[in-house]
Amino acid sequence: MIEVRNINKSFTGTKVLLDISTIFEKGKINLIIGQSGHGKSVLAKCMVGLHEADSGHVIYDGRDFTTMSRIERSQVRKEIGMLFQGAALFDSLNVEENVGFPLVMFTNLSKKEIRKRVDFCLERVDLSGKNSLLPSECSGGMQKRIGIARAISMNPKYLFCDEPNSGLDPKTAIRIDGLIQDITREYDMTTVVITHDMNSVIEIGENVIFIHEGQKWWQGDRKSIITTKNPEISSFVYASEFMKEIRQNIQNARS
Amino acid sequence: MLKVIFTVPEKWSIIWNRIMTELQIIGINSIPIVALMSAFMGGVIALQTASNMTTPLLPDYTVGYITQSSTILEFSPTIISLILAGKVGSNIASEIGTMRVTEQIDALEIMGVNSLNFLVLPKIISAVLFFPILVIFSMALSMLGGWLALMVSDLTTTETYVLGIRSFFNPFHITYALIKTVCFGFLIVSISSYYGYYVKGGSLDVGKASTQAVVSSSVAILISNFILTQMLLL
Repeated sequence: MIEVRNINKSFTGTKVLLDISTIFEKGKINLIIGQSGHGKSVLAKCMVGLHEADSGHVIYDGRDFTTMSRIERSQVRKEIGMLFQGAALFDSLNVEENVGFPLVMFTNLSKKEIRKRVDFCLERVDLSGKNSLLPSECSGGMQKRIGIARAISMNPKYLFCDEPNSGLDPKTAIRIDGLIQDITREYDMTTVVITHDMNSVIEIGENVIFIHEGQKWWQGDRKSIITTKNPEISSFVYASEFMKEIRQNIQNARS
Repeated sequence: MLKVIFTVPEKWSIIWNRIMTELQIIGINSIPIVALMSAFMGGVIALQTASNMTTPLLPDYTVGYITQSSTILEFSPTIISLILAGKVGSNIASEIGTMRVTEQIDALEIMGVNSLNFLVLPKIISAVLFFPILVIFSMALSMLGGWLALMVSDLTTTETYVLGIRSFFNPFHITYALIKTVCFGFLIVSISSYYGYYVKGGSLDVGKASTQAVVSSSVAILISNFILTQMLLL
């Protein structure tokens, strides 16, 4: 479980996060949604320490991350896996080296054991046998899956995914969502997904936090987000003509 | 930044492998440009000195002596370091800058890796170890280039040139040149890494950071050259 308490963050005088408090539950997919530029990525980066919050606390299973030293944070970070928006694979390393990187850095496993673990992680994301490819030789969807394989290679307790579906076709996006869902359940992780993709919200949103103008505007699950009367959320959820049509159909059916 | 760079690495074996890679990139790959620059530089110094030797009061071996002293004292350590600031500095700033804008550095940090230590320390060690070797190589090639230019132009004899090279030779000048080179190597890598590591924005900003790294490294070399000369030679 990750608890966020009264997080505030501003950049050069502009307040980006305003007193955000919430709980990201273990074994669930926690979605942070909201419009671009409203602070969801900043919140996630404050949670993992890539940005320092101006005030507030981030607590990982009772451990206050915000008051930790650099070395103590490194220990917590070894329990965190993160999938970046652009996958952030190391250009000079091949798929196997990318996935095995945390194992080489932080474990004393033999080369054979690392290879075995890498093969397992790659198999988990349906990329068996792609060990020797370079990131530049992989498609966007493959890069995301390699990113997931790297993120789970150390059996993390916490998984962060920053817009895992951006730039992917709908079919691949659903596949990535399914993969995140399966992995979360399999390893009983606390998963935090930042997205503005409504398909993901409907597919995997067990605990959805809506961020609007730097504030936590709403929290609920995928069912309640469809029926909420909150105008800001409605305008976000039903932004597309397609979704508006669905809402109309639902209303017609009810009446 | 320097405090974080010089912390004890998580695993020395990984840093050792990275040092080997960086020695290849920073050191071995710089040999061709250093060789080319040095040979032509030495040739030009020798020819220019010979062309200005109009007075019969100066002995013939003066050409060799001036080539030796200007090469050892200034041209090899300083000019080669300025060349390396362009080649190695821009390479480091753009490599680390690209890693920053593509979130690869964030990925390292999230894994719990000390990214500054992991990325910059091997580069500093490689530069500090290999730049002096490059400069010694440059000194030798410069004097060889000077000899070749004089022979082709038939301006002096090998014996006279070698006599000039050996005249008034002060071994401390080599030490002075190497001390300067080690300082310049450290400055080039740390300044370029700084600009790359703290870049914000996209590819355009990486380009700007790369240019800024070269300019700042060059200025730092010139200023530290002046200070070190004051401290060591006077």
